[in-house]
Amino acid sequence: MSATTTLNEIDAPGADVTQVRRTNRMPGEKRFGLLRILAFAALVSMAVLWLLPVFWALVTSFKTETDAASGGLDLIGPSGFTTQAFEAILSQGNVYIWALNSLWTSAVITAITVAISALAAYAFSRLDFKGSRWIFLAVIASIIVPSQALIIPLYYQMLTFNMVDTYWGLILPQVVMAPIVFILKKFFDAVPVELEDAARVDGAGRLRVFFSVVLPLSRPILGAVSIFVFIQAWNNFLWPFLIINDTTLMTLPVGLQTVLSAYGVQYSQVMAQAVLAALPLVIVFLFYQRQIVKGVATTGFGGQ
Amino acid sequence: MTDVMADRSAVGPDPEVTPGETRSGPRPAPPTQRQARRRGQLAAWAFLAPFMVAFVLFVIWPLIHGIYLSLTDQSLTGTGGSFIGLQNYSEALSDAVMWRSIGNTVWFTVITTVPLVLFALIMALLVNTGLPGQWLWRLSFFMPFLLASTVISQIWVWIFNPEIGAANEILSAVGLEPIAWLQTANVDLISIAIATIWWTVGFNFLLYLAALQNIPTLQYEAAAVDGAGPWRQLFSITLPQLGPVTGVILILQMLASLKLFDQAYQMMDGNSSESSRPIVQYIFEAGFVGYRFGYASAISYIFFVLILLVGITQMIVLRRRKEDS
Repeated sequence: MSATTTLNEIDAPGADVTQVRRTNRMPGEKRFGLLRILAFAALVSMAVLWLLPVFWALVTSFKTETDAASGGLDLIGPSGFTTQAFEAILSQGNVYIWALNSLWTSAVITAITVAISALAAYAFSRLDFKGSRWIFLAVIASIIVPSQALIIPLYYQMLTFNMVDTYWGLILPQVVMAPIVFILKKFFDAVPVELEDAARVDGAGRLRVFFSVVLPLSRPILGAVSIFVFIQAWNNFLWPFLIINDTTLMTLPVGLQTVLSAYGVQYSQVMAQAVLAALPLVIVFLFYQRQIVKGVATTGFGGQ
Repeated sequence: MTDVMADRSAVGPDPEVTPGETRSGPRPAPPTQRQARRRGQLAAWAFLAPFMVAFVLFVIWPLIHGIYLSLTDQSLTGTGGSFIGLQNYSEALSDAVMWRSIGNTVWFTVITTVPLVLFALIMALLVNTGLPGQWLWRLSFFMPFLLASTVISQIWVWIFNPEIGAANEILSAVGLEPIAWLQTANVDLISIAIATIWWTVGFNFLLYLAALQNIPTLQYEAAAVDGAGPWRQLFSITLPQLGPVTGVILILQMLASLKLFDQAYQMMDGNSSESSRPIVQYIFEAGFVGYRFGYASAISYIFFVLILLVGITQMIVLRRRKEDS
């Protein structure tokens, strides 16, 4: 093992952040030494600091508007605990449509992105073709291009395609993620060729080999990048905000943004809305923390 | 592509690499030649086609078309579109608002990058000591990263509310003067930076945690046998090994901070202030509020050059460091 931790080692699919080893203690070091107590205190205070904003949003969302607007740091307002704000938000209907739009467009973006990236990555990794090296370099180089610098020509393009204010206009420009191709290529590079050769000798074509040998082997890495792509798509703001004007087509982040000013000073409703919007991913995270943490850490170094 | 490129990449009569095979896994040459090669090329393009179509349509073409647009007076409403040469660029370079936006963006990058790397490192080191409650620590530090920019903006606008926000309540509780966080020039960008640090530190934290897991336990055991205490181990094993990772995190972080828009726009509720407007927001305003697509394209390219400069500089520095060590 080399003395330095290289990029390759970090985003190897084996790097499991959830498996924290407990052996950083010296042999003979006391279990409850002063250092450990200090570390624990530091950790607790940082965690409290980081949980506080969300906690405060939660507290506010269960107050009446009058209590929220009167300020103060009390956990339950003078008028007591209430779910009024949530009832008001949920009775307005649009939140459901936006959540549904976010869910299915993010799922479609994830499916398309991972599918086309895996196919391309396999070609770059295993198939030799004219210009392979240069095309791959071009794809990798494009990682440096900020998507924000492309919004003007992309929007213009969507105008000419008649895709402004459509789901396809929202989805299609989001499916090109060069870092995913890079990560998958690296994974395929590490898969022993012999496995595929056996199937090839049996007369299976490239596509057959890809689907019946390579893909099943790649399930963990595909899962990891899918989680990453889904989170990105679910939270994406700028492009959906530009391309969608129709209220019924909006995703959750964009929809919520438009009503923020409409509510103005209704603080507990705004916080109830924030809590509701945060809920889906937080619940999923509570159940699948291990997979999500691993997926993000594995994909993370590929770039954003 | 030029001929030189095509020549270099063409599958030549190279005895080492058999056509149709991979660089990573050389296998014994199959008996067929030309036909197999052609079939191989076809298969390769079948695999590549879906991605490449999307790549050309949604990255390469806009990239090229953006240059053209930046040389015209195209407007969003469809009028204009005549060639005006470099006028947009010369206007942008003498546009004080654009320079202020770039200045804001760079300043934001400076004040977010250091805490975002340092806090992430401290969090990861603390969590990696194996203290009980792993599940809770990861949740606390990483969960904000899962929230949409809209959600975190709403939460922090509420916290930063000048009259009844929690931030000022806490300040007055400890006897300090309240601050109009998002309504004061120059303070507004710092407030946005605070929210951003809280929001995205979890991502860097995970990257550091992954890197810490990769340090072989053996090294700690050897150091312990040699009598090195925990502090000694931290400074002579852990931190040096995190050097390369820190380089990567720095690059990713600076590039991410330079692309500031979502939370800045939303926390200011769309009303940009002179001191908080990042360059991406100026692109947005020029194009979608002022309808000047040509001018906005020119600013987009200036922004792109800024990103390129920062990215390339960092890569060179990183490579040189690697060679030195």
